[in-house]
Amino acid sequence: MIRTDKHLIACFVFAAAATATGLLVENAYYLQVMIFIGINTLLALSLNMLMGYAGQISLGHAAFYGIGAYTTAILSTTYNISPWLALPAAVFTAMAIAYFVGRPTLRLTGYYLAMGTLGFGIIVNIIFREWRSVTGGASGFVGIPPLEIGSFAFDTDRRYFFLVWGVVLFFFIICRRIIDSRVGRALRAIHDGEHAAAAVGVDTAKMKLKIFVLSAAMASLAGFLYAHQIFFISPGTFSFLASIRIVTMVVIGGMASIWGSLLGASLLTLLPEWLHAFADYEMMIYGLVLMLVMIFLPQGLTRGILDIYENSRKKNDK
Amino acid sequence: MTSNAHLLAIDSISKAFGGVQAIDTVSFALSPESITGLIGPNGAGKTTLFNLVTGIFPPDSGDIRFRGESISGKAVHELVGMGLGRTFQNVELFSSMSVLENVLVGLHTRTSCGIIGSVFRTPRLVKEERRARERALELLDFVGLADLAHQRSSDLPFGWQRLLELARALASKPDLLLLDEPAAGLNMGETDTLGELIESIRKHGITVLLVEHDMALTMKTCDRIVVLDRGKKIAEGPPRTIQSDEAVMAAYLGKPK
Repeated sequence: MIRTDKHLIACFVFAAAATATGLLVENAYYLQVMIFIGINTLLALSLNMLMGYAGQISLGHAAFYGIGAYTTAILSTTYNISPWLALPAAVFTAMAIAYFVGRPTLRLTGYYLAMGTLGFGIIVNIIFREWRSVTGGASGFVGIPPLEIGSFAFDTDRRYFFLVWGVVLFFFIICRRIIDSRVGRALRAIHDGEHAAAAVGVDTAKMKLKIFVLSAAMASLAGFLYAHQIFFISPGTFSFLASIRIVTMVVIGGMASIWGSLLGASLLTLLPEWLHAFADYEMMIYGLVLMLVMIFLPQGLTRGILDIYENSRKKNDK
Repeated sequence: MTSNAHLLAIDSISKAFGGVQAIDTVSFALSPESITGLIGPNGAGKTTLFNLVTGIFPPDSGDIRFRGESISGKAVHELVGMGLGRTFQNVELFSSMSVLENVLVGLHTRTSCGIIGSVFRTPRLVKEERRARERALELLDFVGLADLAHQRSSDLPFGWQRLLELARALASKPDLLLLDEPAAGLNMGETDTLGELIESIRKHGITVLLVEHDMALTMKTCDRIVVLDRGKKIAEGPPRTIQSDEAVMAAYLGKPK
């Protein structure tokens, strides 16, 4: 409970900082980058709930991100349905697919689960690419409408910035609450020892399925926000490499760390922006960063930096 | 002998792994609030029997009934919900979690908060969480670890980890507690404390099945002892009888020639 209060204060400070940023930053490019950081944070957080807390590796998470984006694109553009109705449809579709995919795959553990989700991600990506009449195929889907509430449209970057970061903040609070509850403890128990968790009465299969479905819902919401921000989506955004990027965000930021998702997503959004010249080597650089973090800061940057800070303070005290 | 008088009735169960007959038509029963010891030389089938009773795998033949109800086809966590708690031979705590949190996970079957509940925090669930914490602290107090509630469980010395695992198993409010070699790795003082704890667990109305290597503990604590050798039950009775049983001596020491 005390930890939750601290978290609420942290969220409040974070909200204030985000609001100030949103109001003060004029540069459209910076605002856009920060919108993508927000969307990626939501994605990283969704995977962190599954991978960081429950210990279940998914190498196909971009599929749910894509399902969210494509569902809203198809419904709101092809069928002219209000995006606000497309939103529950997108989230529900992702949850239903996660349920049916999760039931058999979550019986798998370790590398097998990773392989299963990897296959799933690739199949979904092929569908995005090949089902041309519906998804627009490899050339992508154009003309997705902006979000509007009555006459108020989220058509400027500043407005969208507040929408995205509002959603992120909301999920920071929700995820913290889940983690600090009976459900969160059961998830961490599964992470630490699945047999032991079952032996104290946790229905491990059901619990894993629940968090997988929740995680898919969050990822599809991120896809929804993405689609209505850039109005154009193509299969490449939701490919296997995108899944790996999400995993990298979680590992670099810190497994089982809500703020780590923010840090990991920020770094992996900014790095390609800074490293334009090295675009061809993007994956190599990720690989290198991932290796260095795993070797020197195995608990991720957030925990690693905190440890270094605490150690240096102890040394100074002596 | 009606099975309803017994909390747990094991009825001629067998289990083979490949060509090895790990358990061969074994039957025995536990009466409520008794402490039964299950002993036998290495490879006698104690752990297999333990795994059969806790639902890790089903027997090839025979039946196990808990409170008169067959446990076959029930998942491990369902058995915990029915009142069957266990500890592990090689202590299996949730190492990234605190001492208190470990016991709170043990309360999983006695609490109800789900994902939606955890987000909305209704007054009922806040109350449930507070009660769970109180209960967890009581259990830690019972095994003598209340002062360490907020330590990381993996930082405890081994003997205390065992006690924590015991508290965690008790949290599910079992009617039957199965202990898999609880004295392994404990020194004599710790083993004595454990013996006293098992006694007082029984006084709380919990039936105990103890799989153990430590003879002193078994002889002192148990009302009845079941002896296994090479998958078969070779003796059953009060400790005194078992101590002088020829078949048991032969199994442990070899037959006199």
